Amino acid sequence: MNLHEYQARALLRHAGIPVPDGDVADTPAGVEAIARRLGGGVVVKAQVHTGGRGKAGGVKLAADPAEARRVAEQILALTIKGLPVRKVLVAPVAEIASESYVGIILDRETQRPVFMVSAAGGVDIEEVAATTPEKIVKLAVDPRYGLLPHEATTLGFALYRDVKQVRAAARIMEQLYRAFMESGATLAEINPLVTTPAGEVVALDAKISIDDNELERRPDLAALRDPTAEAPSEVQAREAGLTFIKLDGNVGCVVNGAGLSMATMDLVKYYGGEPANFLDIGGSSNPEKVVNALRIITADPSVRAILFNIFGGITRTDDVANGIVAAMQRFPVPVPIVIRLTGTNEREAVRILEAVGMTALNDMDEAVQQVVALAKEAA
Amino acid sequence: MSIFIGHDTRLVVQGITGRDGSFHAKQMLEYGTGVVAGVTPGKGGQTFEGRVPVFDTVAAAVRATGANATVIYVPPMLAAGAIYEAADAGIPFIVCITEGIPVLDMTRVMPYLRERGARLLGPNCPGLISPGQSKVGIIPGNICAPGRIGLVSRSGTLTYEVVNQLTRHGMGQSTCVGIGGDPIIGTDFIACLSAFQADPATDAIVMIGEIGGTDEQKAAEWVKAHVTKPVVGFIAGQTAPPGRRMGHAGAIISGSSGTAAEKMAAFEAAGIGVMRRPAEVVELLRARL
Repeated sequence: MNLHEYQARALLRHAGIPVPDGDVADTPAGVEAIARRLGGGVVVKAQVHTGGRGKAGGVKLAADPAEARRVAEQILALTIKGLPVRKVLVAPVAEIASESYVGIILDRETQRPVFMVSAAGGVDIEEVAATTPEKIVKLAVDPRYGLLPHEATTLGFALYRDVKQVRAAARIMEQLYRAFMESGATLAEINPLVTTPAGEVVALDAKISIDDNELERRPDLAALRDPTAEAPSEVQAREAGLTFIKLDGNVGCVVNGAGLSMATMDLVKYYGGEPANFLDIGGSSNPEKVVNALRIITADPSVRAILFNIFGGITRTDDVANGIVAAMQRFPVPVPIVIRLTGTNEREAVRILEAVGMTALNDMDEAVQQVVALAKEAA
Repeated sequence: MSIFIGHDTRLVVQGITGRDGSFHAKQMLEYGTGVVAGVTPGKGGQTFEGRVPVFDTVAAAVRATGANATVIYVPPMLAAGAIYEAADAGIPFIVCITEGIPVLDMTRVMPYLRERGARLLGPNCPGLISPGQSKVGIIPGNICAPGRIGLVSRSGTLTYEVVNQLTRHGMGQSTCVGIGGDPIIGTDFIACLSAFQADPATDAIVMIGEIGGTDEQKAAEWVKAHVTKPVVGFIAGQTAPPGRRMGHAGAIISGSSGTAAEKMAAFEAAGIGVMRRPAEVVELLRARL
């Protein structure tokens, strides 16, 4: 789960990290009021879960409260990469002497939280990593001991020469590490960490991603989720216990298991079709899940045909068949369905489907070829 | 022979009285797995299915039965605790089926296991099966057949799909291992490849990877340097958009890294036969055996 910048700033400030004043608003009048309180020039930033906000016109400077209101009107009317802008962050324009990058990622290779810091900050850190990796200092933290004092100081020296700034940065490293661990993050980034002309070290922008697996034991973090910032179909799917990701094609896919779901999408593409979604009904075999899956997919107007690909293990294929039949009795399914199922209780599943005049295939390739052809016919 | 488990596996089931644990414990017993004990705190003294003694702690189970492996079916917020308990009781092979363990928990679990010399398979994995000998986890036994192909995979149902193809075409398996879809896992591709390379009962290896991370790329390099047996591979997620978690916590393309194309190119470069679709596994293996 990605936090908005304003939420991430609040977490950092709570951890004691110096973050400039600022506040979030969802109306131009609200923005004007914040700008008036802050005084001077402000920056107004769209709060959406995507990169490239600046290029899309979602980040603008304003010299006074009236201008802040005007740019807020423009930004709040934007849709950036399909995501409507509903909130903006208003912060004072900062005076910057230098910019650096500080991030912690959960590293799969070392299986530890790893600091990445670079004096070449304020830019795309992935680009720095690709082109000039020597400009990034990495440090893996042993989570049993946490970030040790000398490690924090070493990271500080990687950014600054002035010992006062080194100490300030080291303190920020310790605070960021604590915020990372306490919020169950997989990524916590300050980009840029700046020095002001007065020599202070300040976090200007922040990005935090929380491990979805933490949310069950951390209702305080789960409450930070902003459902208005996600596609409504994905919110609906999550509430129904499904993993759903909307894509651009016209072949709806309902599959059990993440790996098989991906492989099914790939096979749709292989046979010349385009998948409309990733949808994993998971390991359990509750017919209601299947009903919800069909409800979500049929609500997508671009879907021309639907493929079920079920390999029964824990999932009972008869439960899936019952779910399909129940769904078709409850609401119209306006597009053809191709069903492939094999495994646990397969015979019973076929009987259930045949009783209502439907058929099921046994072979994945055959089913995918069929659904791609049907989608093309209907397109 | 086989890898990690076999006829001599003496298995504990942690969470044996729970919904998933009891269902799969029954299936494992029916398959012939040596299930010697169950553990559920507070249910010590009970007997499962009339033949498996239940204990309050893993240590008590090990003392009474000499168990040498365990499989964990407990809820995600308790699963790290179950892994610590198993390692502390001296169990050398721990299989964790549970999906949804906070990944920060795993950063602390891993050094604890290393200090005790225990191997973890998973978490968020289907377990493993040595057909005809032993099954630990949830892989359906009826789709597998004894034979000489080793299979290692990050996925569950996609593994079943491929195993099913193999079995239908008369290619039995020595062991099928699901290593799990999480970002931090105890047993990676290389550990399984190394075991299959050393296993005299395995003639060829199938690897099933997916987007996210660099485990497959490193495994490919390892294959090139150390594996003399034929290897074929598949990568799921060629059509996955970047930045989205595709079901598995570990299946996410970060920036431009961890894509299917990158992994398939690494396979090609290492001489691994690249499957364009799961059904190709049979012909690719036949061409190499």
